[in-house]
Amino acid sequence: MELFVFICATAMVLVGAIAVIVSPNPVHAALGLVLTLFGIAVHFVAMEAHFLAAVQVIVYAGAVVVLFLFVIMLLGVDRSEDLSIEPMPIQRPLAVVVGGGLSALVIAAVLRVRDTLGSDEVAAAGDTNIRALARNLYSDHVLAFELTSVLLIVAVVGTVVLTRRVRTSEDAS
Amino acid sequence: MIGAAHMPGIDPVLDTDDWWWEPLAVVGLKVLVIFVVGLVGTMFMVWFERKIVAGMQNRVGPNKAGPFGLLQTLADGIKLFFKEDLIPDRADRFVFKLAPFLAFVPAFLVWTVIPLGGDFTDGRDGTVTWFGQVTRVQLADPPVGVLLVLALSSIAVYGVMLAGWSSGSKYPLLGSVRASAQMISYEAALGLSLAAVLMTAGTLSTSGIVASQDTLTNWHLLSTGVVPFVVFLIAMTAELNRPPFDLVEAEQEIVGGFHTEYSSIRFALFFLAEFMNVISMSALLVTLFFGGPQPLLIGGVDLLGFLGPLAGTAWLLVKVFVFLYIYVWFRATLPRLRYDQLMNLGWKVLIPVALGWFLLLAALQVGRDSDVSSAGYVGLVIACLVVMVAGYALFSAALAVARRNRDREGAAY
Repeated sequence: MELFVFICATAMVLVGAIAVIVSPNPVHAALGLVLTLFGIAVHFVAMEAHFLAAVQVIVYAGAVVVLFLFVIMLLGVDRSEDLSIEPMPIQRPLAVVVGGGLSALVIAAVLRVRDTLGSDEVAAAGDTNIRALARNLYSDHVLAFELTSVLLIVAVVGTVVLTRRVRTSEDAS
Repeated sequence: MIGAAHMPGIDPVLDTDDWWWEPLAVVGLKVLVIFVVGLVGTMFMVWFERKIVAGMQNRVGPNKAGPFGLLQTLADGIKLFFKEDLIPDRADRFVFKLAPFLAFVPAFLVWTVIPLGGDFTDGRDGTVTWFGQVTRVQLADPPVGVLLVLALSSIAVYGVMLAGWSSGSKYPLLGSVRASAQMISYEAALGLSLAAVLMTAGTLSTSGIVASQDTLTNWHLLSTGVVPFVVFLIAMTAELNRPPFDLVEAEQEIVGGFHTEYSSIRFALFFLAEFMNVISMSALLVTLFFGGPQPLLIGGVDLLGFLGPLAGTAWLLVKVFVFLYIYVWFRATLPRLRYDQLMNLGWKVLIPVALGWFLLLAALQVGRDSDVSSAGYVGLVIACLVVMVAGYALFSAALAVARRNRDREGAAY
C-alpha cells in the first residue's frame, strides 16, 4: 500500500516536473508545477505529515502558483513559444551542470543524515504534528521565524515603494 | 483544553488490522451516501433558491415539473445534458475541458470532513457503531480537518481562473481575474476568523471542534465573541461569489463572467459546483460556530431528541437550512457591490478586524492558560483594549495619510 502510494505520488511529481520544462505554453508549465506540488503533498500525507501537506497545498498550489498564473495572464505572455530558439546560448549547458550538481548535493546530504532522520520526535507528539511544530518554531527557532516575517514586511514595503511612481513636474506636463 | 483529549486517526473504523469487507463496506457506504446526498441536496438547493427568490419578488417560480416544481432542476439538468457542447476556436482545449472539474471536485470533497451526525452530547465523541464497526458519521476526520477545507477552496480558484483564461475571450478573462483576486483577498479574512475558532477549540479536526461545543455558551459563536462569525459569514459569501459579491458574473458588465463560453454539461458542472459550495460551506459554518450536530437545549430539553440516533443529523439539517435561507435572502435583498467597495471591505475592514480580534482572543487564552489572578486578568483585558485602540488609531492615521496623498497627487497609477 505504501509502495503503491509512493509510486503514484512520484509519478505525479515527475510528470509535473517534465511538463514544466517541456511545455511551450507558460500556463501549461504552471499547471505542471501544480501537479508536482500536489505529488509532494501526497508524499507528505504518506509520511503522516498532514499539516505540511495542507500547508503545501494552501501556500504553494493555492497562492504562489495562482500568482504566477496572474502574472502570466496579465503580462500577456500566455502564448506558446518555440522552444528550439535559444536567446542565451550558454544557459542550457549551464542548466545541466547546475542540475547535476544540485542533485549530487541532495543525494550526498540524504546519505549523510540518513541515520539521524529516524528520530520520531514529531510523530510521537500524538494528536497532530501541529503542536510539536508550533512549539519548535516558537521556542527554538523564534529568532529565525521573526526575521523571516521582517523580511516579508521589507519585501512588501519595497514593492510598494518601487511600484509607486513619484510624479514629477515633467510627468504632469 | 477540551480538544486535547480528542483521539487522532482519520476514521476509527480504519484502526484495525482485521481488513475484511466490513470496514470497506462502511467506508464505501459513506462515500455513496455523501455523493448521493450531495447531488440531491444541490438539486433541491437550486429549487429552494428559485422558489424563495420568486416569493420575495412576488412571482410564482418553478411550479410545473413535479409537485411544487421540485423536479425543475432535474428537467434543467437533462436539458443541459442534451445541448450542444461548444468549444470556442481560440480556446485552449485541454485546459478548457479540465477547468469545470477543477471547480466541481473540490466542492464535493469539502463534504468529506464535515460531521454529518452522531452523538456529541455530554462529552461523547460522536462515534457510532454500524455493523459492529465503530465509526463516525463523516467520511474522514483527518487531524488537519479544517485546513483541508481551506486547501480545497484554494484549489477551487484554479477552476474559475483557468476557465476564464482558456476560453480565449475577453469577458471570461476579465471575470476570472476579478474572481481570483476576490477569492484570494477574502481567503485571508476567512482564514483569520477561522483561526479564532481553532484557537478556542484547541484542535483542527472538525469532530473535535464539534465536541468542544457541548453547551450553548461553548458554541464558538458565543465563546469567540460574535465578531469572527460575522467576518466569516461575509468572507464566505465573497469566497463563494454569491450576491452581493457576485462581480465575477456581473451580467451587465461582463456577460456571464468566467463561464460565458461554456455550454451544455460543462456549464452544468460549474453551476452545480456553485450551489454545492453554498451547501457545504453553510455546513462548515454551522460546524465551526453553531456546534454542527449538537442539539440546542431549551430548558434542558432536546426538541429533536425523539429522533434518537438521527437527532444529530436533524439538528445539522435545521441549522444548515437557516443559513441556506440567509444566503438566498442576501441574494434577493442586497445590490451588488462595486469592485473598489469590495476590495476596501476586504482589505481595510475585514482583515484588520479579524486580525485584531484574533490577537485579543489569543491574549485572553494565554491569560486563561497561565492562571493569572482575577486582578491580573482585568489588567490583561485593559492592556488588550489599549493596544487595540492604539492599533486602530495608527491604522486610521495611515489610511488618512494615504487618502490625503491621493487627493493631492492623484492616483498613483
